[in-house]
Amino acid sequence: MLDCAIIGGGPAGLTAGLYATRGGLKNVVLFESGMPGGQITQSSEIENYPGFFEHTKTGMDFMDTWQEQCFHFGLKHEMKRVERVSKSGEHFAVRLENGEIVEAKSVIVCTGSTPKRAGFKGEEEYFGRGVSTCATCDGFFYKDKPVTVLGGGDTALEEAYYLSNICSEVYVVHRRDTFRAAPSTVERVKRKENIHLITDAVIEEVLGDAMGVNGVKIKDKEGRITQLDTPGLFVFVGHNVNNSVLQDEKGGFICETNDWGQVVVDLSMRTSVEGLYAAGDMRIEAPKQVVVAAGDGATAALQVISYIQEQG
Amino acid sequence: MGKYVELTSENFDATVAEGVTMVDFWAPWCGPCRMIAPVIEELAADFEGKATIAKVNTDEEQELAVKYGIRSIPAILFFKNGEVVDQMVGAASKDAFAEKINAQL
Ligand SMILES: Cc1cc2nc3c(=O)[nH]c(=O)nc-3n(C[C@H](O)[C@H](O)[C@H](O)COP(=O)(O)OP(=O)(O)OC[C@H]3O[C@@H](n4cnc5c(N)ncnc54)[C@H](O)[C@@H]3O)c2cc1C
Repeated sequence: MLDCAIIGGGPAGLTAGLYATRGGLKNVVLFESGMPGGQITQSSEIENYPGFFEHTKTGMDFMDTWQEQCFHFGLKHEMKRVERVSKSGEHFAVRLENGEIVEAKSVIVCTGSTPKRAGFKGEEEYFGRGVSTCATCDGFFYKDKPVTVLGGGDTALEEAYYLSNICSEVYVVHRRDTFRAAPSTVERVKRKENIHLITDAVIEEVLGDAMGVNGVKIKDKEGRITQLDTPGLFVFVGHNVNNSVLQDEKGGFICETNDWGQVVVDLSMRTSVEGLYAAGDMRIEAPKQVVVAAGDGATAALQVISYIQEQG
Repeated sequence: MGKYVELTSENFDATVAEGVTMVDFWAPWCGPCRMIAPVIEELAADFEGKATIAKVNTDEEQELAVKYGIRSIPAILFFKNGEVVDQMVGAASKDAFAEKINAQL
């Protein structure tokens, strides 16, 4: 029987593991389905995590030391996907992808979020064949070629800037005429000569052939269509929370969630089920930032420690 | 212990020509690729004698990346007797990869 099962190895899960094991829990396992370090390992930069201020380093470099530190105090690691969590009596059953069931006294769910699809025609068909959500992974395939970026938030503009140093031209398509991104980022993007901002516009369709994407159709406010012959399209339009581990066989949630599927927690990251905690991007009102996810993980782990002690 | 095979344009065709081969197209700058590297090594050990586990560094082998239409990495292609029979894009768990290999054996 585990003292605590942590599901998801991003900033929230890793920090929860660090606090739980350093705080004295012996039997703590972190389950991660394939991308240890979480989403931030896809980012080309991170400049808002206090204590780490290195412009040339990527999200991947940033997470390197986390792995080492968070596993230092005895946290165990299983590279397995969790199918679902359920509670019977006082304990939890964590069901893994291979059908194996692991029992735990407490569970911290930190499964984070996944980039949202924008929903234009051809997006699914060409995903991985010209449509991408990871500039650091795929930008290189468009060296000295033009690309389109969809979105107007921090991630979209930061990644557009990153791409502008690799690609010949970067066209940023955004549905409003103002940007949600931090003012310093907007300024930096506006000053960059090969970034072209196309506002009040949406992507109507991505075009391609057997070799993958070869263009996009853009529609402006008046309904006029223009075509850009860009072989790459990077989509950054927000995230959906990964909450499927909290669904039972019938598709209902085992704990309270809101209309967007985000998990309802209190300030101690407690869900509506005793012994079950949620932390990071997947909880209600999450600012979707590494520093917050890490804080949530610590909060949840400290709660788990007292919960286990109370249970005796 | 089994080890994965590092593929280049020189040995690619000969390696995938027979039996089942899983090829991981990766690059050093790609976070998710580096993250699944330990999984690839484990698979090489697990499938020793049954399937070939291989890697292509797309940074160095751009011709191979173009030939197989690689636009997103990690891209994992499954070959059977020289033909691409299945593929996956993005990081996934060890079991997910193992399942795809087993389906071809
Ligand atoms: C391109 C990009 C740039 C960003 N830039 C910044 C930035 O500059 N600053 C900043 O603060 N934030 C940034 N963010 C946001 C930041 O990455 C997230 O807020 C943060 O990673 C959330 O951490 P988390 O632990 O909640 O979830 P995640 O990082 O999403 O981690 C969740 C983990 O759970 C795993 N998982 C999911 N389902 C299962 C399952 N069923 N079983 C087992 N494991 C599972 C996933 O593989 C993943 O590793 C950026 C995000 C992106 C995508």
